[in-house]
Amino acid sequence: MKIRLFGPTTIMALALGLPAMAQSPIKIGFVSTFSGPQAAIGEDMRRSAELAKEHLGGKMGGKPFEIVYEDDTFKPDVGKQKSEKLVQQDKVNFVTGYIWSNVLLASLKTVTDEGDTILVSANAGPSQIAGELCNKNFFSTSWNNDQTPMAMGEYLQKKGVKSLYLMAPNYAAGKDMMAGVKRTFKGEIKGEDYTKWPDQLDFSAELAKIRAAKPEGIFIFYPGAHGVQFLTQYAASGLKGQVPLYQVFSIDAITLPQQKDLALGILGAQEWVNDLPNDANKKYVADFKKKHGTYPSFYGAQSYDAIMLIASAAEALKGDLSNKDKVRAEMKKANFKSVRGDFKFGNNNFPIENFYIQDTVKDAAGMLTLKTVATAVTAAVDPYASKCPMK
Amino acid sequence: MDYLLLQVLNGVQLGLLMFLLAAGLTLTFGIMDLVNLAHGSLYMMGAYIAWTLIGWTDSFVLGAILTLPATFLLGIVVEAVVMRRLYARDHLDQVLATFGLILFFNELVRVIWGPAGKSISVPQFLSHTVDILPGVPYPAYRFAIIAVGAVVAVLLAWLVARTRVGMLIRAGASNRRMIAALGVNIELLFSLVFGLGAVFAALAGLMAAPLTSVKIGMGDDILILAFVIIVIGGIGSIKGAFVAAMVVGQIDIVGRAFLPDFLKTFMSNAAASSAAPAISQVLVYVVMAGVLIWRPTGLFGQRT
Amino acid sequence: MMAAFRTPRGLATVAILLVLAVLPLLTQAFDQRYLLSIGTRIVIWAIAAVSLNMILGYGGLVSFGHAVFFGIGGYAVGILDAHGVSSGWIQWPVGVAMAALWAALVGALSLRTRGVYFIMITLAFAQLLYYVGVGLEAYGADDGLNISRSRFAGLIDMRDKASFYWLCFVLLCGTLWFCSRFANARFGFVIRGAKSNDLRMTALGFPVFRYRLAAFTISGAFGGLAGILLANEGAYISPAMMSWVKSGDLIVIVVLGGMGTLFGPLYGTIAFFVLEESLPPVLNLVQKGWGEYWQIVFGPMLVLIALYARGGIDSLFGRRHG
Repeated sequence: MKIRLFGPTTIMALALGLPAMAQSPIKIGFVSTFSGPQAAIGEDMRRSAELAKEHLGGKMGGKPFEIVYEDDTFKPDVGKQKSEKLVQQDKVNFVTGYIWSNVLLASLKTVTDEGDTILVSANAGPSQIAGELCNKNFFSTSWNNDQTPMAMGEYLQKKGVKSLYLMAPNYAAGKDMMAGVKRTFKGEIKGEDYTKWPDQLDFSAELAKIRAAKPEGIFIFYPGAHGVQFLTQYAASGLKGQVPLYQVFSIDAITLPQQKDLALGILGAQEWVNDLPNDANKKYVADFKKKHGTYPSFYGAQSYDAIMLIASAAEALKGDLSNKDKVRAEMKKANFKSVRGDFKFGNNNFPIENFYIQDTVKDAAGMLTLKTVATAVTAAVDPYASKCPMK
Repeated sequence: MDYLLLQVLNGVQLGLLMFLLAAGLTLTFGIMDLVNLAHGSLYMMGAYIAWTLIGWTDSFVLGAILTLPATFLLGIVVEAVVMRRLYARDHLDQVLATFGLILFFNELVRVIWGPAGKSISVPQFLSHTVDILPGVPYPAYRFAIIAVGAVVAVLLAWLVARTRVGMLIRAGASNRRMIAALGVNIELLFSLVFGLGAVFAALAGLMAAPLTSVKIGMGDDILILAFVIIVIGGIGSIKGAFVAAMVVGQIDIVGRAFLPDFLKTFMSNAAASSAAPAISQVLVYVVMAGVLIWRPTGLFGQRT
Repeated sequence: MMAAFRTPRGLATVAILLVLAVLPLLTQAFDQRYLLSIGTRIVIWAIAAVSLNMILGYGGLVSFGHAVFFGIGGYAVGILDAHGVSSGWIQWPVGVAMAALWAALVGALSLRTRGVYFIMITLAFAQLLYYVGVGLEAYGADDGLNISRSRFAGLIDMRDKASFYWLCFVLLCGTLWFCSRFANARFGFVIRGAKSNDLRMTALGFPVFRYRLAAFTISGAFGGLAGILLANEGAYISPAMMSWVKSGDLIVIVVLGGMGTLFGPLYGTIAFFVLEESLPPVLNLVQKGWGEYWQIVFGPMLVLIALYARGGIDSLFGRRHG
């Protein structure tokens, strides 16, 4: 009797349940900064991730997917807490985002080890994770901190610049940047200054030192608002036109509206520029511009790539993400059209990629933007890869 | 020699900018006994309002001048809505309430002006450099900051030493009950003083804006430094705030300009270049702790 | 003791402690692992809040640098771990002792000042250590350091979330017990008496300064304990643990819960975390996207608490007797 009673309901449950199972969405957690002074970066990343979702038609490997955004408020402990929520409560399949090294380092173990969830960093690339802390569940669609300044240093070396003065904020990434440029630039270092972080509002003392040291160039790393600040004070000091400035991460699509014409003619290094001539990039930049009226930043490009990378793995596995080993193997192939052009993952799951030299120019409509002027290095491997025990 | 002169000038300029911010803080602190953590928010609001007004008027000077009455009004409103209720409370309640105001203003700015920062360009007529000695240029805009800071310092000195309001301020800083006994309209006086403090904060914010950038939370970064200054100087003392601001300005410049080379005389280059910024970052705190251990109410503070 | 159960305050306290005592069972039963993580953080922060309350609530000394003890406890664990000393039997006593030592030093120098000067000097000393942390390149500077959790061989596995939670809970109960003894002993009497009138206490022949210094030191030691637990909870340390904003949060928690009351800091911590976790989703329900602006609501709430809820949550249960 009971079997007869249960029969139809069970079948109905199966009939209803199976398609529901097939349709259960893939979930991607996205940890970034959406409040406070750095929220503009988070917003650019979210816009790009949403654009990726739109380009994918909201589906990966035949399954719908959703992106759950969490605000790290620029604090490592909050970022860790939010990552924990994504893994434990929302039970996401992937976590991505992460602007800041300290937020990423705080969250790493929670996501990759305790949660056995795959983390794709769309920006932060501290050397520990490229080296001894490398992890099979960790992938990067950006770079290791040292690489961008290394590319800049190499370019300056080839260009025949004889001496440099280096400036960066006194924190971990700042020190990585200085170390990076010194790896490849072999000329004379006329001086180096680490400035206070995050509350230095004045660079007058350092600019006076530069004037006295008479270097052939100044190399800076001042992300976000500090880049705006440095450029205005550099221009006001009268050094502009006397000592050329070279930068990493100090001029981008987010800071340009504030730096305005002061940024014109200042060279920088980056692994992606908005005018790279591949089809994926053209589509991304054009659609982003159409939607938001501005150019995307490299933060956005890396976020777009992170979603596309995840999609490529889901596509290859037809949406079945239950076998983590297979997912990792598919991720590692990097089998997707990156907006920076195709790249491969190294043994530490960081991209082996090109770096370009970019300049600030005005586009046809008079809007400030960045333009590729040279290729600094091709297929660059980060200097910590050899310390990573993974093969 | 000219390098030294340049660095001293940098210290003076930085000190005067800090004085602008600290002056308002020490006034409200001294006369109303109010710990106002949201003073940094007024600095931020000053910069944002100036950005809007400069955009409207298309003139730095006009926009800057209009910002002052606008922030005076803002100050009066904040005083009437929140601060007035806090005077009789202990410092803890004031810290808590004004901490809440910081969160509020930061989010308010994001709602009104959006998350991306803004920038105010150095006005055209000040964008050149002036030779202080032959071959030693100094930015004209930094001279403008020195001028504005000096004018405010003189104005305040005159206000405090020579006017009736100043007399009340001095009286209030030393004995609050006495001014009430004098039959002065305390509420009006407090409103005015708070409004004045807001104007100074906004002036500091808008003068700093072309050198820094206008961003959310810009006041939080330097609020603590402003507190350090008024505590070193002695709470309520304009003279103390001025002296302390100049001292802090010079300490900051010395730490950045000369300390690394000094350390290199007895340390390795690598050790010196990483130790110098760490030391210069904590130098002002060490000085403050030292001053307070030596004089528990600051350099020019009221003895108890 | 039994009388306590008859008042609403007593009932609420017992109920909260009971729920906290069995939290791991509840979260397991309802498959809400994340709630256990929040619970662990609440319990750890409550220990810190209770320790701050000893000087802030009972003593009326507004220390604006209490989060520095998170850092000292955390870095004691992290630095020892980085040098291969992973035993909790060494790490923990060292962490607590370093915190107490720092508190004694800072207290000796700063307790001579009053009011705002005291607020500022405690802040200055906290900033000092914060920047030292930022400068510690060997231990990750501001990037922080991933550490492995303390080892208590055979006794407890710190990696097991439930056992770690229970350990924290037991330590919270111990801290509360100590605090109640502290408040009611002669010692606490002097501290509280000096809050309202320290001249009188001095006139009565009590060496107020020494009592305060002892209280400050004890408070720092418990703060260090909370830091040790926090480092173990996240398996990560960074200077951000001791930023002045964290010190501000701790003050907010103590005032929110009710200053100078035994369980106030616990109520305050729970309320603070619940608000932080629930305000964004609640605002998102009102209008999608508003959740990110939750501080525009939270800020004025703090103002209102400061203005109209002087006794904090504790006073909601009515006036205290005795």
